[in-house]
Amino acid sequence: MLESNSIPILKLKEFLIVSIQTDLHDRMAEQLQYDILNRISETSAKGVLIDISALEMVDSFIGRTLADTAKMAATLDADIVIVGMNPAVAITLVELGLSLEGVYTALNLDEGYELLQKITTADGEDIQNPDSEDSVVEDMNEPGSD
Amino acid sequence: MNLVRIKEERDIVVARSAAKKIAQEMGFGLVDQTRISTAVSELARNIYLYAGQGEVHIEADCNPRSGLRITFTDQGPGIADIKLAMTDGWSSVKSMGKGLPGAARLSDHMEIQSELGKGTTVIIEKWLPE
Ligand SMILES: Nc1ncnc2c1ncn2[C@@H]1O[C@H](COP(=O)(O)OP(=O)(O)OP(=O)(O)O)[C@@H](O)[C@H]1O
Ligand SMILES: [Mg+2]
Repeated sequence: MLESNSIPILKLKEFLIVSIQTDLHDRMAEQLQYDILNRISETSAKGVLIDISALEMVDSFIGRTLADTAKMAATLDADIVIVGMNPAVAITLVELGLSLEGVYTALNLDEGYELLQKITTADGEDIQNPDSEDSVVEDMNEPGSD
Repeated sequence: MNLVRIKEERDIVVARSAAKKIAQEMGFGLVDQTRISTAVSELARNIYLYAGQGEVHIEADCNPRSGLRITFTDQGPGIADIKLAMTDGWSSVKSMGKGLPGAARLSDHMEIQSELGKGTTVIIEKWLPE
């Protein structure tokens, strides 16, 4: 199925940036999940920032899709940070009974970026078990050396 | 009154956007608008998933208080055990079981009528603060 209005995924150094500027219907959310995971594996990105500030609501479907995407990204060695969730959406999500387990959140892109840098660097140092032989470059504490 | 037919997956978005717009026009605050559109999204998706098609009626001004009344009707398979379906976390399809109980928490009043083989009607109300 072709989606005419697919959501762009930008690459910035070792991170991907996604800004959802449209109302997400279910198939589009699934497509986005697929696209993000694909781009992670293509680019070996270490993290993804997803800006949801334009989303007018997060229901069980979108919430679960975001949480699943984070879980799957983790298996590809990438962390996901959701940024810009508006307070009304956050309140509603809690009342709906949803917790975005395993998903990092930050107030805005700046903070999300900082958080992503922190957790992806920590990953490289100690948290992770180094069982993959083909692990990607680890010394990128200072971005900008591309 | 506003009627949205649910036939395909995109109609879920149409229904929740319509409800949000009406809620906004009626003077509901942003948090309530979000509660309403989220509840509508859940219940409209249930129609789409379990009944295939149905209708969402959005009407202003309900009794006993002024607010929004939204009625979801379908002629689908019906719900065998409403109490069980309302249980948080219970799902017949191994989903999260959040839709019905969540919609109830997000609204001020919810009722369900259902008959096996005939269909389901869910009504939610959200009242304007006095
Ligand atoms: N309109 C409907 N017609 C028939 N059965 C329904 C309808 N709405 C809900 N149900 C039944 O009630 C159960 C609970 O619904 P609910 O929306 O709470 O959870 P879910 O749809 O299973 O999961 P989630 O909404 O969290 O993805 C469903 O699994 C389904 O069996
Ligand atoms: Mg449901």
